[in-house]
Amino acid sequence: MEKITKQNYKSYVFDKMPKSSHWKNMFWAFVVGGVICTIGQGLIEFYKIWFEVEDASSLASATLVFLAAVATGFGVYDKIGRFAGAGSTIPITGFSNAVVSPALEFKTEGYIYGVGAKMFLIAGPVIVNGVTISVIVACILLVLGVI
Amino acid sequence: MDTFLMFVKAFLVGGTICLLGQIIINYTHLTNGKILVIFLVLGAILQGFGLYEKLIEFAGAGASVPISGFGCALVKGAVKAAKEEGFWGVLKGGLAACSLGITVAIVSGYAVSVIFKPKTKDK
Repeated sequence: MEKITKQNYKSYVFDKMPKSSHWKNMFWAFVVGGVICTIGQGLIEFYKIWFEVEDASSLASATLVFLAAVATGFGVYDKIGRFAGAGSTIPITGFSNAVVSPALEFKTEGYIYGVGAKMFLIAGPVIVNGVTISVIVACILLVLGVI
Repeated sequence: MDTFLMFVKAFLVGGTICLLGQIIINYTHLTNGKILVIFLVLGAILQGFGLYEKLIEFAGAGASVPISGFGCALVKGAVKAAKEEGFWGVLKGGLAACSLGITVAIVSGYAVSVIFKPKTKDK
């Protein structure tokens, strides 16, 4: 048998992984992602009765975040994620799932170092990178005199 | 009719953004966290050129619900506050614009982890 090194281990793992069809993955990512965004559009139309478009849009996103948190609690969201892939990761609901899922999982380690810390396993990198890039972009625009 | 058209556009654009993410995952096997950060940064950079808000105008939730819309909102907030307060605005505006979503995520995450029991992951 070929000796396993760090380099060929990765390709060895890929070979052994169950092959899920790329086309099937892509189809479900498109459909589930599209459906989540359509629900978001429905919420925007609903909130537009009382609010301006921009406020309605952030309220709709916040509602999706809440719904996904509850769905994660019931274990439903992870079931969707198993076949939807990026369709459930990339919408804001995937961010919510990334906050709630580790928080719930590490509940046994207590509410301070378990829930409180592990909540930001994925949300942390997202917020840190997002805030940093937004400051950089806005600074460039400010220096160029665009704003 | 206009409302119906917005639903169709939201579905198509939102679906396409997720499809792009899935194609990247299929060919690179990147983890979810990295995918989220990549799309977030893309949304922020596109908004730097003022492009992403045009996509949101066109497709509504189809562009604002994917995580790239979160990146766009951060930049938009920072730019808007910078117009009013200069450099301080750059530091204050981004998170202020996204405070609702982040706070709801944290509070509901905490509530869910208090109320629910961890699920054992079945294979």
